[in-house]
Amino acid sequence: MDFAAVCLMIVLAPLAAALVAGLGGRYVGRAGAHTVCIAGVAISFAGSAWILARMLGGAAVFNENVYTWGVSDGLAMNIGFLVDRLSALMMTVVSFVSLAVHVYTIGYMRDDPGYARFFAYISLFTFAMLMLVMSNNFLQLFFGWEGVGLVSYLLIGFWYKRPTAIFANYKAFIVNRIGDFAFIVAIAIIAAYMSSLDYTEVFQRIPRAIGHDLFLTPGEPSKVITVICVGLFIGAMGKSAQVPLHVWLPDSMEGPTPISALIHAATMVTAGIFMVARLSPLFEMSPDALHFIVVIGATTALFMGLLGLVNNDIKRVVAYSTLSQLGYMTAALGAGAYGAGIFHLMTHAFFKALLFLAAGSVIIAMHHEQDMRRMGGLRKYLPVTYWTCLVGALALIGFPGLSGFFSKDIIIEALHHSRTEGAGYAYWCALIGVFVTALYSFRLVFMTFHGRERMDEHTREHLHESPWVVTAPLIALAIPSIAIGWLTVGPVVFGDFFAGALAQAPDGPIVVLGEEFHGPAAFMLHAFGSPAVYLALAGVVAAWYLYLKRPELPDRIAARFSRTYRLLVNKYYFDWFNENVVAAGVRNFGTSLWKRGDETVIDGWLVNGSARAVAALSAAVRHVQSGYLYHYAFAMIIGLSLLLGWLLLRS
Amino acid sequence: MDVMPMILTMADVMPAAAEIFVAAAACVLLLVDALGGGRARGLAFVLAIAALAGAAWVSSTVGTDGRTVILWGHFVADPMGTVLKLFSYGAAALTLLYSREYLERRDLLKGEYLVLALCAVLGIQVIVSAGSFLSLYLGIEIMSLSLYAMVAFDRDDGVAAESAMKYFVLGAIASGALLYGISILYGVTGTFLIDGVAFAVAQGRAPDIGLLLGIAFIVVGVAFKFGAVPFHMWLPDVYHGAPTPVTLFVGSAPKIASFALAMRVLAEGLGGALDAWQDMLVVLAALSMAVGNLVAIAQTNIKRMLAYSTISHVGFILLGILAGNAAGYRAALFYTLTYVIMTTAAFGVVLWYSRKGFEADALDDYKGLNRRHPWFAFVMLLVMFGLAGVPPTVGFWAKLQVIAAVLDVRLTWLAAFAVLMSVIGAYYYLRVVKLMYFDEPVTAGQDESRFAVRLVLSLNGLAILALGLFPGYLLRLCEQVLR
Repeated sequence: MDFAAVCLMIVLAPLAAALVAGLGGRYVGRAGAHTVCIAGVAISFAGSAWILARMLGGAAVFNENVYTWGVSDGLAMNIGFLVDRLSALMMTVVSFVSLAVHVYTIGYMRDDPGYARFFAYISLFTFAMLMLVMSNNFLQLFFGWEGVGLVSYLLIGFWYKRPTAIFANYKAFIVNRIGDFAFIVAIAIIAAYMSSLDYTEVFQRIPRAIGHDLFLTPGEPSKVITVICVGLFIGAMGKSAQVPLHVWLPDSMEGPTPISALIHAATMVTAGIFMVARLSPLFEMSPDALHFIVVIGATTALFMGLLGLVNNDIKRVVAYSTLSQLGYMTAALGAGAYGAGIFHLMTHAFFKALLFLAAGSVIIAMHHEQDMRRMGGLRKYLPVTYWTCLVGALALIGFPGLSGFFSKDIIIEALHHSRTEGAGYAYWCALIGVFVTALYSFRLVFMTFHGRERMDEHTREHLHESPWVVTAPLIALAIPSIAIGWLTVGPVVFGDFFAGALAQAPDGPIVVLGEEFHGPAAFMLHAFGSPAVYLALAGVVAAWYLYLKRPELPDRIAARFSRTYRLLVNKYYFDWFNENVVAAGVRNFGTSLWKRGDETVIDGWLVNGSARAVAALSAAVRHVQSGYLYHYAFAMIIGLSLLLGWLLLRS
Repeated sequence: MDVMPMILTMADVMPAAAEIFVAAAACVLLLVDALGGGRARGLAFVLAIAALAGAAWVSSTVGTDGRTVILWGHFVADPMGTVLKLFSYGAAALTLLYSREYLERRDLLKGEYLVLALCAVLGIQVIVSAGSFLSLYLGIEIMSLSLYAMVAFDRDDGVAAESAMKYFVLGAIASGALLYGISILYGVTGTFLIDGVAFAVAQGRAPDIGLLLGIAFIVVGVAFKFGAVPFHMWLPDVYHGAPTPVTLFVGSAPKIASFALAMRVLAEGLGGALDAWQDMLVVLAALSMAVGNLVAIAQTNIKRMLAYSTISHVGFILLGILAGNAAGYRAALFYTLTYVIMTTAAFGVVLWYSRKGFEADALDDYKGLNRRHPWFAFVMLLVMFGLAGVPPTVGFWAKLQVIAAVLDVRLTWLAAFAVLMSVIGAYYYLRVVKLMYFDEPVTAGQDESRFAVRLVLSLNGLAILALGLFPGYLLRLCEQVLR
């Protein structure tokens, strides 16, 4: 089998499945829809795994165009695949998580009338995400980027009769639009300066952009490369929910839980991280952009984690945790430790999908109750869910030996050694973030699974463990959550796994850390000498003390620090600001344009006026077609005479 | 002049094998119909389709990469000819397939219809492969006479007879103009051969004023066949008056012949005198786009609306031709081929929707079509988007190519005018979509069509989308045949 055929199969199988389930849902039925979609994604996973195995076996990088969609003014717009170890790893993660979520959905969405539609959407999402990951050019990247955005919009509003879901999907769409605008402007600048959209060619032509300046504001030159990188990163801020474009992600929890797991935890939100890593040769050229990235990432990591402390909705806690972890990844990118960012992305995909699916399992058992204040003591009713959730939480807080430990510790160390401006600030944010992460994670575990049973009698009587289609994906995700870090930290981060795929400054933090790395066991021992592990432990103990030992204490603390508490509950007033200042301002501006510009000038004069003129003209010309043969012949003769007369005049 | 012995070898006639095959098939069909009477109609229909398939096989087998000239220069076989012929067979076959049920329900499925259709295809083949003005004229007359008869072929229908009469008389005037132009050209160059004329023009041997006169008359003939303003008057009446299957026939394959006519005469024969005819075509193209799009808005009958739409599309095809370079010819070829695909699908939907006693030709008949037949409403939507030139349908690429060609020869005002006209045109295409999707249904209709018709019509409609998403194959084809 050749690579091109396998690549095509990997992307087209979920697309075909989505079309069958989406357009033919009525004919194939529920079982037909899920069979087709699972088969499609299973094909993708098998293909991705095969490619990853070949890549690990030393296969050469595959970079080929399969179709030229169009050529405009010398700018080729191709559909093509770049498969190296980075994309092979992403493909495998995406298709594996997607497969697990597909299976889980059978149980979670069992009674939903939109069953086939749901499967069509998640298969379509897998297609778009794979197109994004496997792309070898900016245009296809943008196609996949918008594709996942569209499906995310459709899925957040999947229950389209709920006003909150509609609000949330508008919000996600509009916030992402801001990021995407900057993204496409950056792509346009790349096309203008490098005359190509192909990654490899663009990387070769980076020198063309260096030394040029753009004047965004009069009199103040900005380096072209910096403008490009910042524009691309603003796109990533939208997709990967970085402050201040993070506001859509918590609201996106209005969608069904499998979506929260698949899109808003494991795959789509990592698109931005992946993109920055993929384009690392560009970012390496712009220290200013890296400075911007590291500050944004670290801020997100700490301040979004704090919000997890005051939320009572189980899914929203996990959502804020996702924001915070995305901040860690972004900070790693900003520090120039691209491998560490991608490594955390991979481990996070597993344990965060696990946490979401476990939360979903709890929600099913609680009959779609999401408030943790009405839970408690669920451990004995949901043993599988409890143990897998515990694994997820331990991995998230960086319990030594589990996957999250390796990835997060490397990021913290990398920030420590990074020479990017602002890395010092980021280091402290990341370190405090470890304590916060442990606190909110175990707050979730203790409030849900331990302590007093606070649900009503009716719910308690119906509590039972979820069916196997729900628990099997949990177990399947728990295994890599435990082991993947230990197994892969050596080769992926410090080895030459990403050689050639990611840019690496010769004195970058990964290189410095790599010199001290002597296998995972030694790395663990070494970690006991740094503060992160102790901070995590302190977080767990604090959670235990506050939520099990003395559960009345949190309320007293909230009352004591009421101003801080209100700030957190109101999410730093981002939503308030957006709704009352940004949205209201835009609305007023739009209304004035609409009333004065549109209704009077455009509608009144241009549109209706010209339409009336055209209609009148049309009615007049129509009478020329009288139906009389001699009129027709006369018209022809006139036409001929005019042609001849004009000829004679000319010559 | 030496008298040459008329000896033909197999090699001399092989490139014309497809023409001979179609002529023979038409004769066989006539015999089957005469001897078999009413019972053999199903057989005759199948034979007609088979004849077109056979012709396609023969054409693709004898087709060559290079240019072969036989019969003392009167017949030319080249890759462009092969592609044009294959598309005409396809268009004719689709027409017959879509027409069958319409004709059966009205008891009109007679042998003559099929024989005339094959004869018209023969005429198209001869035009496409014409190497001289004589064979060109011969082909035009074979095609036109068949079409006149087809329009009048429902003998009890007064309107059809009237429009056939108009078509015939106006066609005769146009033929006269064309013949007069040919005779002037013969007078100034001393040859009927297209290559010979091209050589004479290139050498500058032809006196200027004579050449100009000849060109003017020939342009009139070409414009009439296309239906360009002001030689378009026959077109709305014929489209409207003829039975819908005949309208479809007149609207599809003969457009390919018109393109071939323009290519052979203007591009190949008179390419050296581009200055002389470019300005004429500019006027014709601008007028066609304006009149076609403006008058189409006022129509209430979909056949008439599509007639004016045809006139406007002819304007766009002329844009490509008048650019007068390889890119322009390619754009015009691409436009012609995609236009034929789209117009076939458009009339295919009209035919699919019509019943006995219900012609489905009023725009109001399409109200609420989506409610009753969502799939074919979608096919019609694709057709309308395609004709309007909305991406991602192929109509967008077609318009883009011709407008780019015009921009290349620095006729910026004409390109801007074309864009403006396509905006106006979008109105009446989108009106059909609005009627289908947003209005309450008024007429009932059952889907009684055969599975094969529904399948082929669906594929025909989807091709508009597929070629729009993946235009590369067709673009490359056009590039290969017109270097």
